Amino acid sequence: MMSKINHSTAERVGVYVCHCGSNIAGVIDVEAVAKWAAEHLKDRGVVIARDYKFMCSSLGQELIEKDIQELGLTRVVVAACSPHLHEATFRVACQRAGLNPYLCELVSIREQASWVHTDKHAATEKAKAIVSGGVERVLHHTPLDPLHVPIHPATLVVGGGIAGIQAALEIADAGFPVYLVEREPSIGGHMAQFDKTFPTLDCAACILTPRMVSIGSHPNVTLMTWSEVTNVAGYVGNFTVTVKKKARYINTDLCTGCGICQEKCPKKIIDDTFEAGLGYRKAVYTPFPQAVPKYPVIDHVNCTYFQKGTCRACEKLCPTDAIDFNQEDEIVTLQVGNIVLATGYDIFDARRVAQYGYARLANVFTSIEFERLSNAAGPTNGNIVLRDGVTVPKTVGIIHCTGSRDRNFNNYCSAICCMQSLKFAHLVKERTGATVYNFYIDIRTTAKAYDEFYQRVLEEGTIFVRGRVAEVTDAARMPTEEGKLIIQVEDTLAGRQRRIPVDMVILSVGLEPRRDSHAVAKLFGISCSSDGWIIEKHPKLDPVATMTEGVFVAGCAQGPKDIPNSVAQGAAAAARVLGRIQQKEIALEPVRASVDESKCSGCRICNGLCPFNAILFHEDRMVTEVNPALCQGCGTCVAACPAGAISGTVFSNEQIFAQMEGLLLHNIERPPITEGVLT
Amino acid sequence: MSMNGKPKFAMYWAASCGGCEIAVLNIHEKILDVDANFEVVFWPVAMDAKYKDVEAMPDEAITLTLFNGGIRNAENEAMAHLMRRKSKILVAFGSCACAGCIPGLANLSTREQIFEAVYDGISTDNPTGLRPDFQWAAPEGNLHIPEFYPVLKTLDQVVPVDYYMPGCPPESHQIGAVVDLVIQALHGNATLPPTGSVIGAGTSTVCDECPRVRNVKTIKQFTRIQHLTEIDPNLCLLEQGIPCNGPATRSGCGALCPRASAQCIGCYGSSDSAFDFGARLMTAFASVMEGKEPAEIERILDTLPDPVGQFYRFSLAQSLLRAAPLVLEEEEQYATHQH
Repeated sequence: MMSKINHSTAERVGVYVCHCGSNIAGVIDVEAVAKWAAEHLKDRGVVIARDYKFMCSSLGQELIEKDIQELGLTRVVVAACSPHLHEATFRVACQRAGLNPYLCELVSIREQASWVHTDKHAATEKAKAIVSGGVERVLHHTPLDPLHVPIHPATLVVGGGIAGIQAALEIADAGFPVYLVEREPSIGGHMAQFDKTFPTLDCAACILTPRMVSIGSHPNVTLMTWSEVTNVAGYVGNFTVTVKKKARYINTDLCTGCGICQEKCPKKIIDDTFEAGLGYRKAVYTPFPQAVPKYPVIDHVNCTYFQKGTCRACEKLCPTDAIDFNQEDEIVTLQVGNIVLATGYDIFDARRVAQYGYARLANVFTSIEFERLSNAAGPTNGNIVLRDGVTVPKTVGIIHCTGSRDRNFNNYCSAICCMQSLKFAHLVKERTGATVYNFYIDIRTTAKAYDEFYQRVLEEGTIFVRGRVAEVTDAARMPTEEGKLIIQVEDTLAGRQRRIPVDMVILSVGLEPRRDSHAVAKLFGISCSSDGWIIEKHPKLDPVATMTEGVFVAGCAQGPKDIPNSVAQGAAAAARVLGRIQQKEIALEPVRASVDESKCSGCRICNGLCPFNAILFHEDRMVTEVNPALCQGCGTCVAACPAGAISGTVFSNEQIFAQMEGLLLHNIERPPITEGVLT
Repeated sequence: MSMNGKPKFAMYWAASCGGCEIAVLNIHEKILDVDANFEVVFWPVAMDAKYKDVEAMPDEAITLTLFNGGIRNAENEAMAHLMRRKSKILVAFGSCACAGCIPGLANLSTREQIFEAVYDGISTDNPTGLRPDFQWAAPEGNLHIPEFYPVLKTLDQVVPVDYYMPGCPPESHQIGAVVDLVIQALHGNATLPPTGSVIGAGTSTVCDECPRVRNVKTIKQFTRIQHLTEIDPNLCLLEQGIPCNGPATRSGCGALCPRASAQCIGCYGSSDSAFDFGARLMTAFASVMEGKEPAEIERILDTLPDPVGQFYRFSLAQSLLRAAPLVLEEEEQYATHQH
């Protein structure tokens, strides 16, 4: 009952084999592939087969266009790179020549042959088989038309750190509405916790807070802090987003942000979030004085009234009666056309590197703790002191790459730790005059003015020791080590083990994906890598788009990066969104799943599977339907359907089996493949 | 047309159990219609006839042949060719002829393993370890018994087939309907479906005919039906963790098993647009299993005690894989040896 190759075809197929410079031609005999296709696939409809240096160049494309017009080609197969890269290029070329773009098939002989093989002969034979598969497949293609959907002009930005702020401001300044959703009580993100920013050492608050204020007062920005996105439905241009506004217990219409409630609240709690555990906040609080919005929130878990039923000091003393203990979570539904995810990062948990003693040895600090310690508005007013709150350290050791570039933890480089460690060295020197050691593996100061800053810190007298620190201990072996933290390290430049006693250790911890990044990715219908960074559409050419149309990513959610890069990505994502909004509508790939209702038995296997919520079950008729505008053509339901009632355009059984038969050279009389090559 | 002017009817069994023949007789009084409209010329289970009688007929002399059973040995294959040649309409009748069915499960074992099970089994008294000899030089001359093939094939893997009628066995009401249709077509009152069609069955799956309530599914673990003390009479069996093959199985039986609180085991094979029944069903089950972590997925999978029996009970010989690798190897060797 399986499909057999139909041995006659009225189609006229053109085959184009790309050299890709030496990328393909270096390994594959492209001329032989083209010649083979012309000769052996003649009966399969191939009327012309050519090879060309760069098929994607305008000359290469013109070649195809000319053949379509002069030879009356009805199908085109391009053997070149991955469809990821140039499928659109060749489809558009076909369209220009009057051929429906979906009658063009791009098969990859670069990623799937030349790049992965060294045996030239075998790779060439494989390329022939791949071309043969492409030809068989394209014979089963049908002309398709793209779907057009309108773009709603509003945009949702998730995350109010610097990347999200930038994206929101760019879009709002261009005159379009923006919803900025932030789960903390204030926007500002991690940048608001910092004192100075590298390499210019300008004050983080001084450059950040004006932007925050702009967000708070912008007529086009609807700011929703203390809020979380709980559901995303719809598709590019027409997302319906559900946001839970958590109860603040503050009537924001009445609150003036005077701060009396915070001042009078008797309940003091260690602030683990903004102050990194070094300072306190009240049960009613704004994370920091410059918070935007200015309205506080009541932390009901710690509030005496919520826990014991008495107190209500804030309510009694609020001059505008803005405290409202009866407030409840509010669910808001938003309509937006595009989404920018700027959900940021989490700090690597330094306790995981047990040998560095964090949380066991009092004077081992993390980088984020040191940021608060050195911040003029922080718990010590910017005084760099030991955990006792008074002693100024005389020697400080800064350990780079804590948790990063380490196969035990994270393999990747966290990108910012070298520069933050250099900044710490400078600040310690400047404020305490202490001797500073930096323990590094490599110094990576690649951006503008970064290496100059490194030189500056070198000149200031910071001592650099190259080597990964083995251990931080308080077990003294010599009198000079008594009462100190001893850093045990192999100095790989000096070629010997060293024990360096210091008063304070700062662990320059890496960045990690948000703990809930997988859940967030699922919520927005995008994917993240196994470690949790959101995967961009293309690492070089499309770094702020995701595989889901209309969902963009900016800042550290995509991977570790510094402030300038986060801002650049925020702006880039905004530019992409604005481009969409200006077009007013978008053409969607017609690669979609559809249900043959006569075959659907309503078993509901597929109902819970769609990552884009495109599947609808009709209870009355007991059949399932796929909404073509929501469907992204991923094929999950197609694979799952036990009745074979769901088929995917461009990925029909017919097309896939035909391609397989072609790959196996079942389509030609005698496989001219050299013996042994494919067996 | 025969002497009495009636079109000829034949039914033959190859590697099968005989249930299909009983199902045909089970159409009750409609069997009289068969007799009234056809001349039964060859039906080993019901009447005496010799192969040579069939061989003597002109080609395409038989209007309708219902061929049940898979192709296990040389005799089966010879008869498939013969019946093809002599029949206008050759129907692969029943699950064995269509997809291999239970005999096809032997495709997991080599010939020697099969012989071992048959001739050395615990219930077999065979002290000299006797095995069949396909050729035997007796004093009277060479004796042959049909060669036992390494792989069981479906009928259409051996000869072209006009129609497929699935089921183990096909449901009697469906047989009756097909008989009616052919009779009507003979009288010019109906047209037969295009060659290659599945007849006597539906186009969707068993769920379509199953009255049980269905919801969005997540399976936390599978349970063998015999281990359950209570089965919800109204809820989808699969949602109760019972590995019911209904979602992938062609409709037409009326969902007899699920209605009786037994899981569908898939005898009607896959629907028109599904190529490989087991592969389809496996992706379907896997899609709705709850586990995310590999260990959790393993645990759920381990609750399916007999994957081949579950997914390929009726269709192993027809599947994309057809047989175990060792068996396919043996088939290849056998083919080379024959040439």
